[in-house]
Amino acid sequence: MALTSQSLSSPSRPTNLSPDKQREMLRQMLTIRHFEERASADYVGGKIYGVVHCYIGEEAVAVGVCTALTRTDRIISTHRGHGHCIAKGADLNRMMAELYGRQTGYCKGKGGSMHIADFGIGMLGANGIVAGGISIVTGAGLAAQMEGKGGVAVSFFGDGASNAGPFHECLNIAAAWKLPMIYVCENNMYAAQTAAAKTHALDDVAKRAAGYGIPGVVVDGNDVFAVHQAASAAVDRARSGGGPTLIECKTYRWRAHTERRGQPDPRDPAEMEAWRRKDPIALLERQLRDQGELDDAALQAMVRDILGAIEAAVAFAEASPFPRPDQATDDVFAA
Amino acid sequence: MRELTYGEAALEAIAEEMRRDPKIFYMSTDAIPSLAKEFGDERIKATPITEAAFTGMGIGAAGCGFRPIVDWRQVTFCFVAMDQIVNQAAKIHYMFGGQVTFPLLFRASVGGGGQVAAQHSQSPYSMFMNVAGLKMFLPSTPYDMKGLLKTAIRDNNPVISFESSRLMGRKGPVPDEDYAIPLGKADVKREGSDVTVVALAWLVHEALAAAEELAKEGVSVEIVDPRTLVPLDAGTIRDSVQMTGRLVIADEAGPTCGFSAEVAAVVTEDPATFARLKAPVKRVCALQVPIPYVPVLESAVFPDRNRIIAGIREVLR
Repeated sequence: MALTSQSLSSPSRPTNLSPDKQREMLRQMLTIRHFEERASADYVGGKIYGVVHCYIGEEAVAVGVCTALTRTDRIISTHRGHGHCIAKGADLNRMMAELYGRQTGYCKGKGGSMHIADFGIGMLGANGIVAGGISIVTGAGLAAQMEGKGGVAVSFFGDGASNAGPFHECLNIAAAWKLPMIYVCENNMYAAQTAAAKTHALDDVAKRAAGYGIPGVVVDGNDVFAVHQAASAAVDRARSGGGPTLIECKTYRWRAHTERRGQPDPRDPAEMEAWRRKDPIALLERQLRDQGELDDAALQAMVRDILGAIEAAVAFAEASPFPRPDQATDDVFAA
Repeated sequence: MRELTYGEAALEAIAEEMRRDPKIFYMSTDAIPSLAKEFGDERIKATPITEAAFTGMGIGAAGCGFRPIVDWRQVTFCFVAMDQIVNQAAKIHYMFGGQVTFPLLFRASVGGGGQVAAQHSQSPYSMFMNVAGLKMFLPSTPYDMKGLLKTAIRDNNPVISFESSRLMGRKGPVPDEDYAIPLGKADVKREGSDVTVVALAWLVHEALAAAEELAKEGVSVEIVDPRTLVPLDAGTIRDSVQMTGRLVIADEAGPTCGFSAEVAAVVTEDPATFARLKAPVKRVCALQVPIPYVPVLESAVFPDRNRIIAGIREVLR
C-alpha cells in the first residue's frame, strides 16, 4: 500500500507558483508543525484538556489543497484538523484559546481540539465522527452550485472514512449532480490503530472513483507541489461545472493516533522511520534551496517569526478568561 | 371558512414560504409533484434514497445561507441518518460556539394504523426530544400544521415537523389569510373542569370523542394539545392540571421514557401542581412493542377513545 521511497523522493513537476507563494506554503507547513508540537507539549503539561490528534507529517496535504482555494471556498475538517485551519487562514490566537478552553476560542471553549473551525473563512466545522463531515460539506458544494458564483467545496477525510457509507453516498450524489466538490482522502495508512491494508479491499482509495464515473487521482501527499497541482486541476474542473474529483494523498502521521500517553501504537518502527525521512517540510525546503529561493538566514527568520506567533497565541490564550459556568446553556439554539 | 386536509395544509405552508424566500429548497426521495410543478427541479430536488447523505447536505447548505427542507417521509427512514441528526444537526451550532445558524426543517410522518408493520410505523419523537439542539412539533389539525410549519421554516434552528400519518387526509378549517403559530405554545382544544387530558395528533381527536361521550355522564374533560414537543409548554399543562387536579396523558408512542413520561414529570416535579393532584397521573399509551401488521394485533397495540375513557374513569375514582 505504501509508496516506495523512490517515488516519494522524486520531486514533483516544476510548479508555476511564484517564489513568494512557495515560501508562504513553507511558512504554513512550518506553522502547522510548530503549532502541533506546542499543542502536544501543552496537552502533556495539562494545559489542554481531553484529547489532541496531531497533523505532523501530513502538512503538505492541507497546505497544497488550500493554496488552490480562495477564502470563500468551503472546506470541512476532521478530528485531526489543526492543519486544515492554519492552511485555510485561521487565527492562531483563537485556535490556541480554543485548545485552552477559553471564551475567546473559536468555539468559546465548547469544542476543543477536535472542533476548532472558523466559519468566517469558509470552514463548515471540524468533525469528530469519522466520515461525519462528508455529507455536510457536500451540502456546501450543493450551495455553491445553487449560488452559481463558481465556488467549490473540499472534504478532508482519512482512509478510515473512505470505508464508511457517507463517502460512497456522497460521491455518488456529487457525481450525479455534478457538484463542485473535491474529495481529499488523507491516506495516512492507519484508521486509528488499524492498518488500512487490513480493512480496504483495494490498494488505492482513488480507484473507487471509477465506480462513480469521476476522476480519481493518487498523489504523493508529502509533496506539496504535487498535492497543489492535483488540487488545482480538480478545482478548475469543479469551478467550470465538470463535477467532483477524488484525490488520494498518500501520507503518514508521525505521531500516535492521539497525544494521550500510553496508547498502543502497533506500527513498525522501521516504517515510521522511513516516513520521517520523507518529511514533507524537508522536501519543500530542499526544493526551495535548489531553486535559490531559500537560504539559512531566511529559514531561521521564518521559524523565529512562527515561534513568536505561537508564543503570542499561548499568551493570548492564557490571558483569556474561561467561560462562566452559566454559559453552558448559551447557543443550544440560535435566536 | 374553507377546509384543507392536514397534508394539503402542509404543502400550502411550504409553497407560500418558498414563494417568499428564494433561499428555501426541498430535498426528498421522489419529488412532490405539486411543488415540482411550481418551483422546478432546481428547488425541488429528488434525491437518491440516501437519507444520511441528503440530511447532511441539508445541514451544510443551511450553514451556507440556504434554508433547506429535508423530507424523510417516514420517520423510520431517518434512522439511517442518525449521525447527521444527532451528532451533526443538533450539535453544530452549539459545539462551534454559535458562529453561524443552521435553519433547517426536517419532515417525518409518524404513527401507525396503516397495516405497514414495524419498519413503517413508529412514533419515536421522544428519542429526538432527548437530544439537545433540536426543536420539534406534532400538530393535530390542518390549521395547526400550516401555522407551525410557517414558523418552523422561518426559525434559525433545525426543527423537526412530525406529521401524523393517520391525519394526512383529515380535513379542517384553514383561513385564507397569512398566519403563523409560535413554537412552544400549547392549545386547549376543549375546556373542562374535572380532568385534564394531554394528547397529541390523532389522539387529540380520540380524546375529543371521549370527552363527548363522558359529557353525557356529566364529566367535564379539558383537552390540552401541546402541539410543540420541544420547547414544551409546561405552563399551560400545569395550569390546566392545577385547575382540574387530574391528568391523563394519551400518546400513540410507547410509555418508556416517552413524551408521556416527560409530561408526567413536568407536572409532578412542580410543587404547586403536585399539591393540587387528586389522583395519580394516568398514561394511556401504545404498548411497548414494535408495531405489528395485521389489524387485530395493530389495533390491540394502540390507545383509542375507549382506552382514554377508561383512563379518565380511573383518575376519577
